[in-house]
Amino acid sequence: MPTIFIDGQELQVNDGENILEACLNAGMDLPYFCWHPAMGSIGSCRQCALVQYQNEDDTRGRIIMGCMTPVTEGARFSLNAENATEFREAVVESLMLNHPHDCPVCAEGGECHLQDMTVMVGHRDRRYTGKKNTYRNQYLGPLIHHEMNRCITCYRCERYYKDYAGGTDLGAQASHDHLYFGRHEEGLLESEFSGNLVEVCPTGVFTDKPFLKQYSRKWDLQSAPSICTGCAVGCNIAPGERYGNLKRVHNRYNHDVNGYFLCDRGRFGSGYVNSEARLDYAGIKKSDGSFMAVHQQQALDTAANWMQGKKVAAIGSPRASVESNYLLRELVGAENFAAGFSDTEAKLMASVSQILQTTKAVNPSIKQIEAADAILVFGEDVTNTAPRVALALRQSVRNKSFELAEQMGLPQWQDAAVRNLAQDQLSPMLIVSAMDTRLDDVASQCISLAPDQIAEFGVAIVEAMAGEPTSNTQANEIAQILQCAKNPLVISGTSMQHWGIINSAVAIAESLCGKKSSCMLSLCVPESNSIGSALLAGDMSQPLSHLVESAPEVLLVMENDLHRRLSAQQMQQLMGEGTQVISLDMLENPTLGASDMVLPAASYAESQGSLVNMEGRVQRYFPVFQPANERMPSWQWLLKIAAATGHKSLSKLEHFDDVVAACEKNHAQFDGLAIAAPDNSFRDRGLKIPRQTHRYSGRTAMNAGVNVHEPQQPHDTESPLAYSMEGLNRDQPASLTPYVWSPGWNSNQSLQKFQSEVDGPLKGGTAGQRLIISTAKGATKKSENSTTDMQPHQWQLVPVYRVHGSEELSVNTDEIAELAGHSFVALGEVVAEKLGVVEGDGAIVASGDIEVSLEVKILQRVAKNCIGFAAGYTETMAFQAGSLASLTKDKKWQRREPQLIASDKTIPDPMISTGGSARV
Amino acid sequence: MSKKEMIQSDIGSVLSAQEIAEIDAELAHIPYKSGAAIDALKIVQAKRGWVSDECLQGIAKYLEMSAEELEGVATFYNLIYRRPVGEKVILFCDSVSCWIGGCDDIKSKISNVLGVDYGETTADSSYTLLPVPCLGACDRAPVMMVGDDLVTHLDDKKITELFGSAANGSAK
Repeated sequence: MPTIFIDGQELQVNDGENILEACLNAGMDLPYFCWHPAMGSIGSCRQCALVQYQNEDDTRGRIIMGCMTPVTEGARFSLNAENATEFREAVVESLMLNHPHDCPVCAEGGECHLQDMTVMVGHRDRRYTGKKNTYRNQYLGPLIHHEMNRCITCYRCERYYKDYAGGTDLGAQASHDHLYFGRHEEGLLESEFSGNLVEVCPTGVFTDKPFLKQYSRKWDLQSAPSICTGCAVGCNIAPGERYGNLKRVHNRYNHDVNGYFLCDRGRFGSGYVNSEARLDYAGIKKSDGSFMAVHQQQALDTAANWMQGKKVAAIGSPRASVESNYLLRELVGAENFAAGFSDTEAKLMASVSQILQTTKAVNPSIKQIEAADAILVFGEDVTNTAPRVALALRQSVRNKSFELAEQMGLPQWQDAAVRNLAQDQLSPMLIVSAMDTRLDDVASQCISLAPDQIAEFGVAIVEAMAGEPTSNTQANEIAQILQCAKNPLVISGTSMQHWGIINSAVAIAESLCGKKSSCMLSLCVPESNSIGSALLAGDMSQPLSHLVESAPEVLLVMENDLHRRLSAQQMQQLMGEGTQVISLDMLENPTLGASDMVLPAASYAESQGSLVNMEGRVQRYFPVFQPANERMPSWQWLLKIAAATGHKSLSKLEHFDDVVAACEKNHAQFDGLAIAAPDNSFRDRGLKIPRQTHRYSGRTAMNAGVNVHEPQQPHDTESPLAYSMEGLNRDQPASLTPYVWSPGWNSNQSLQKFQSEVDGPLKGGTAGQRLIISTAKGATKKSENSTTDMQPHQWQLVPVYRVHGSEELSVNTDEIAELAGHSFVALGEVVAEKLGVVEGDGAIVASGDIEVSLEVKILQRVAKNCIGFAAGYTETMAFQAGSLASLTKDKKWQRREPQLIASDKTIPDPMISTGGSARV
Repeated sequence: MSKKEMIQSDIGSVLSAQEIAEIDAELAHIPYKSGAAIDALKIVQAKRGWVSDECLQGIAKYLEMSAEELEGVATFYNLIYRRPVGEKVILFCDSVSCWIGGCDDIKSKISNVLGVDYGETTADSSYTLLPVPCLGACDRAPVMMVGDDLVTHLDDKKITELFGSAANGSAK
């Protein structure tokens, strides 16, 4: 560790870091703009200037850029030298020449890095009296608002969007004082990760558009540490609430999982929490089929009455928490409980959880995935099924450039130099899939095969690695690439709903694990708690179809829209006469509609629970705000039902922590659940962690328009957080960080004050706890490969996933629904030509007794005999992956007009409100 | 039709066969297609005077780069014109030597005669007036270029000779 001197202070610093990092690590406030811990340095903004001295006798020194200067033994710097502080102030003054004085109407105000830096350098008065440059803003889609006048040309947006996230449709244009960051033409930003621009931009050029429409300042938001429920990755998020509405979702740093970035589904897909389709009250179905709203107690009494002495069964949900699923299972008994997977999914999830518990391969975190130097993507369109993992894969292909840089003695953070050196050289990424994936652009090789053939191809790779001669040259090649790698990764998953694919992926990964070598194996699963549900189910769980046939008298369905998992016929059988169905969920859906009683559940933002992500890490989410009306978290509903029915063991439980303890005690596989986050008794310096910022305004007055009586602050009896501004948000366990804020650092850049070191874990550790530790016995099974017999004019249906559209809950958010668009059938160019259709035409897809007319989408590469259908879309919900279908042109199809994005309506002027009038 | 042919025909509707041939000639010298970006823009501009959105998209497609990336290149260079210009572009030097030589007055005279300021095109589309930071002819300052011709030792007389006088309107 080199020793350096800053203003005479002796510092031990990390080898290979730069002075800016060294200063931040030492807790010094050195302003910066263009540097980002995940993106390195380019020395563009000139803000992090210091003075460097030749030696002890040098009193003049010279100005250097902190982010571009590596630490060297004995080097001497000054942060506070007059010429350094003057220089830094001059930089801000020059940036402010063109920056508008629009902070009061800017969405970044109050959490603006530019504001912070301006104050930090002491620049107060503008001397410039000339005109400011103005720019035309662009329409960038429903998620991102563009305000180019505010730009300080730090290049962070372009570097993030193009270099880091692999987007192609945002760039720097023109030069010097008329630099412009935008698209070639107005239009939707195409990257699935565009939302991070909101946090990457140091000022208000790119802001959260849905948030703008119901804006509150950061200091007025009530936040809680939470976990994204959009997929199984388990990104840590910090949602903010005010006036009972979930306003926005910000990234919450987790060193091992999401780091600094989220996908757009995670950031923008929570609008459904405020949806009008939310259930407010319990309801009992009347004879005319409509629901009568009843009070909570009445609903509980009725439910208890129905359940008394009856054969009760229950269906849990892989999108509900471990605790809720545990309670439901206890309530009805393991033999009457189905985890809530479809039959195919249940088998896949059981084997995935088995694999994770026994595999010889390393089950990596996202951080570890970024270190892979050869990647085999096996039958998975990762960008659309586990988006944040795909962003990590885009970093792992850069390991080639870091290797080259190391040979040249270049530090990794020298971003421009490293990119220049490597040009387009990337680490090998091999994609074997049925169709296009959104990582094709960084792949060294893409192979299109039907699902059965993917599994077979995997077997050939394993044979080639074992040294058995194989005629498959591609398999030989891939085997060789993987064997030559130091840190290979095989990534696959359940999205093709094909057991053989997963099995082959495991076999490939395990045959790469030898005495001296290892391989990472990552498996993508569908929902936020799929693994948790699989762990809970163990081998004991009832397949959903058994439950259907067992014809229970009373059926409890929790947070599960069964029509996504069962055929219409099965639904009818299950929900038909003779069974009284009690459903617990948030949003109107067909299952609720077919139930006899509905109970309003709280969303993730209004409840707490634990979710087990795809790597087997259990993480806790906490309520951001209290549920409105008679909504209640599922676990509370279930405890109340248990009490009402006099359940023997459950009626003794009262609090969330009791449920956690009971679950941990009764299920060895959940050992560690309790330490995922501190319990309700946690106090920091005698106080709970505050959800509200220290500047939270109008706490007692914000509802004065409704009622002038000042309400008491709600008490949180269940979690270590308080609905209060009292308490400290500093150095607490990482799982309890509701937002980041530090004196002088109001923006999200204050994160560095919470990190143990630049880009390191938080001071409070890393949130979450690995539940699954593999026994490393080996999970490879002999697979019997299935082959589908194809008749002429038949096609195999392959599910095609979309970040926006395939997920059940997020699609109830207006902006996401617009981006999801219509359901579609995906064809290769050749098939489309034979069929006589082009993109946007219609084709009729018939499979079994289902026949749907769908819009045609043309893909670049499609495996022979395969066609894709939109997975998770209502129109194509009934299609089974792998089943056969016929395809004809729909001659009556009306081509749709190019979609007008409805949410691009102008933001209503607050001065022209509908209620009341400013006029006298 | 092969994929390459499809792209060709697609581009063909935007770029002329001759333009494509000239771009191909440049491509023969370089390892990366996008390396021909500047040359391709110059080729198209030489034929059409400026680079339209359609042309830019066509070139981007042909060079297998995104329109955003090519836009970045096109707008970086101020001698690639992304808006229509007049038949001749006047590149008027306003740098140090020419300024000492009194270029401000001459610029006023030009503006007066042609009725255009910097960045504007005469109503009859004959001239576009643009400032330029140096033409490398300081020994003969003040100077400007009109189309491809360098005009040196500028004075009122030369301006009148070239463009007529304000009284008889702009050139034509």
